[in-house]
Amino acid sequence: MAEPVLEILELRKTFGALKATDGVSLDLRPGEIHALIGPNGAGKSTLIHQISGSIRPDSGSVRFLGQDMAGLDMAARARLGLGRSFQISSLAQEFSALRNVMLAVQARQGSSFRFFRPVMDDPTLTEPAMAMLERVGLAGRAQMPAAELSHGERRQLEIAIALALGSKAFLFDEPMAGMGPEGSKSLTKFLDGLRLEAPILLVEHDMDAVFALADRISVLVYGRVIATGTVDEIRNDPEVRRAYLGEAA
Amino acid sequence: MTNASPTSRETIVNALLALLLLGLPLLAFAMGEPFYITLATRIAVLALAAVGLNIALGLGGLVSFGHAAFFGLGGYAAGILATHAFDGVPLFAGIPGTVSMPVIWLVTMVACGLVALPIGAISLRTAGVYFIMITLAFAQMIYYFAISWPAYGGEDGLSIYVRNEFPGVNTTQPLPFFLICYAVLMAALGLFWLLRGSRFGAALQAARQNATRLSAVGIAPFNIRLVAFIISAMVTGVAGALFADLNKFVSPSMMSWHMSGELIVLIILGGKGRLFGPVAGAMLYVLFEFALGGITERWQFFLGLILLGVVLFARGGLLGLLAGKARHG
Amino acid sequence: MSIALLIEQLLNGLQLGVMLFLMAAGLTLIFGVMGLINLAHGSLYMVGAFACAAVAAATGSFWIGLVASLIAAAAAGAIMEVTVIRRLYERDHLDQVLATFALILIFSEGTRWLFGSFPLYLDIPPLLQGAVPLPGGGQYQLYRLAIIGVGIVVAIGLYFLISRTRLGMRIRAGEADREMIAALGVDIRTLYTVVFALGAALAGLAGALVGALQSVQVGMGEPALILAFVVIVIGGIGSIKGALFGAILVGVVDTMGRFLLPKALALMIPAAQAGPIGAALASMLIYVVMALILAFRPSGLFAAQS
Repeated sequence: MAEPVLEILELRKTFGALKATDGVSLDLRPGEIHALIGPNGAGKSTLIHQISGSIRPDSGSVRFLGQDMAGLDMAARARLGLGRSFQISSLAQEFSALRNVMLAVQARQGSSFRFFRPVMDDPTLTEPAMAMLERVGLAGRAQMPAAELSHGERRQLEIAIALALGSKAFLFDEPMAGMGPEGSKSLTKFLDGLRLEAPILLVEHDMDAVFALADRISVLVYGRVIATGTVDEIRNDPEVRRAYLGEAA
Repeated sequence: MTNASPTSRETIVNALLALLLLGLPLLAFAMGEPFYITLATRIAVLALAAVGLNIALGLGGLVSFGHAAFFGLGGYAAGILATHAFDGVPLFAGIPGTVSMPVIWLVTMVACGLVALPIGAISLRTAGVYFIMITLAFAQMIYYFAISWPAYGGEDGLSIYVRNEFPGVNTTQPLPFFLICYAVLMAALGLFWLLRGSRFGAALQAARQNATRLSAVGIAPFNIRLVAFIISAMVTGVAGALFADLNKFVSPSMMSWHMSGELIVLIILGGKGRLFGPVAGAMLYVLFEFALGGITERWQFFLGLILLGVVLFARGGLLGLLAGKARHG
Repeated sequence: MSIALLIEQLLNGLQLGVMLFLMAAGLTLIFGVMGLINLAHGSLYMVGAFACAAVAAATGSFWIGLVASLIAAAAAGAIMEVTVIRRLYERDHLDQVLATFALILIFSEGTRWLFGSFPLYLDIPPLLQGAVPLPGGGQYQLYRLAIIGVGIVVAIGLYFLISRTRLGMRIRAGEADREMIAALGVDIRTLYTVVFALGAALAGLAGALVGALQSVQVGMGEPALILAFVVIVIGGIGSIKGALFGAILVGVVDTMGRFLLPKALALMIPAAQAGPIGAALASMLIYVVMALILAFRPSGLFAAQS
């Protein structure tokens, strides 16, 4: 089996009396989509935050491409190739869609301390950014300020940004949330192809999408992984049915 | 495109403001009214100080309530260097003073950069109200230091007997000195414009709009903000040096927190984050001061009312009224 | 240097700290509950001092003046809240800074208009004139001790108000969650006005008390305001406990620094230079302390968890 790209070991985080993350271990292997599901409040977003570096875990480790991430902040992890989207879209609201993606291209080139050349006249920024917008189907909205994009379009824009970073693994936090059935369907198709570029850790409530996409599924309940397995294994796992799917069905 | 017209309208308004500021003192010169040249110089210098602050505040969203410290540092750089040159006493270790403006500006920028570095590094660990209060507190620290340090006049300030020199220009005359200030202001506006359009500017503006997003693409907001804070302090410092030369006097009051507040007011009166916002704001402010001050001794009372009105009801400032809503491509 | 002198300076520091606490408690309460930064808090301090001085001069009684200062500052605060501040809660901090900066200009010029540019003087009430002996010799002004006493009483009172009363419960709920408190059916607009007026009254009280030690003049609130900012930044914005701790720390460090630094320097350099240099360094001392604390605790010592 190939070395995992991302490896989470015994991660713990408590907020007061709440064990938000209670000894979580999981990994993400090359070429796969690993879905993380669980009821609301199970600690999925908290886990994503700890992996991406915006929350510091109490104990446990996150290894990415064989390197321990302890002590690296979100920006440093992003530079190493850990691309994320946010549960609630997080964009530079006044910037156009294109400029949002250009920011990622600029970051990838590692050159934000350039003070004079206008970015809009710099094809090494505009062209790759435009290409990413085209890939996610947002090229027609390139000049629109992020604040004026529809909810679904903002999710697409977040993915375009993660693509533009040249990420070596993606953390997507509910990318389908708030999308219509059409949007979900086309995004599902898109993510299906994306896994070949880099593996995806996918937090998602849309079970159709999860079952269609996931190579493996981990079920998180009250901060603990109660099961990890293939789609069929998870569907037939009695504990999962009782704790989670049973309620949902 | 719908956003093309407000943008070009803003460009026209900017050009008109630039011409107005240049034209008035020329007219005053032709009519033999040097007072109005001095008034225009005051506008240019205050605008320059606010352009500096606008880099931090307008582009970066960093509400520094302590920029008067840099304004005052520039003033003291001009005053101290001139005093040493005048008295023929070396500063220290045999380094002489100077009356050359370019050298003074250079010293000012180095000094402001060196002071802004630790202040920024500590203040930028915080955000929001903390940042406002801490920048204010650091500026007060420097203010009280200037008051109690006796070597350069302490509370009484320091006079510059003869205005400092600029190669090839007779700075003792009002019009040439105005032109120097105007040229520096235009250079600073050019710098602001370049910064805003550059990669650095993109990161800085993104840090204001959404710092988490900036981190998520791998750019640390702290570094970007710190550099912006330092550049901003340097520009405001040069304005301070010119202000001291304008008044031929520097005192701790240049560093008072009222001054910090006024610099923010200039930006908001003109229009936050806009290229010419500080220029429009400084024009309005100095005109208020002049017009209201001519009618009533209590002009600050009415300035307060006007400012309150602008904050509560006209948030775009003067440029918001003249040139429509600000757009960011 | 005698022990008595040291104790006297310590008490001076404590008295400054108490005064700062009265200012900072209101500021931090207003920030904690309403999320508002109020630069015009120093103006309320000034209003208290002027009201006390004017009424005391008219009636001949410091005590009536003191009551007047509380009423005047609370009323000024309530009017300020209803007419201006209320519109700022939803605005960003920059708008709050500017609008309250504008209020300072209005209050300062307005006061100058009413009372002229000359300072007023307020006498220490006869009851509190005189001095008490200190251990180790020397004497200490009774009035300053009384200020310290007032500060202790106010601190205890605030503690009971916030932990034991219905109003305090609402204040705590408001700090935790503004929407929740609205959902509880509390009239939030009235609550905000009351909190603001309470903070204003404390500032007014501080102004009146200090007015008898210094001259009462326009601009007197500004140094106090800025020190109060340092206090709440050190203590953690929103925390009354932090305000108390920070105020005492700032008061004592500032006073002792001014007292001891020149003396300490005199051991190393000639006394003629040590005085001014020591004074200049001492004036920076609390800011250095603030910077050090922030370097390790960016949100202050008693920051509310968020």
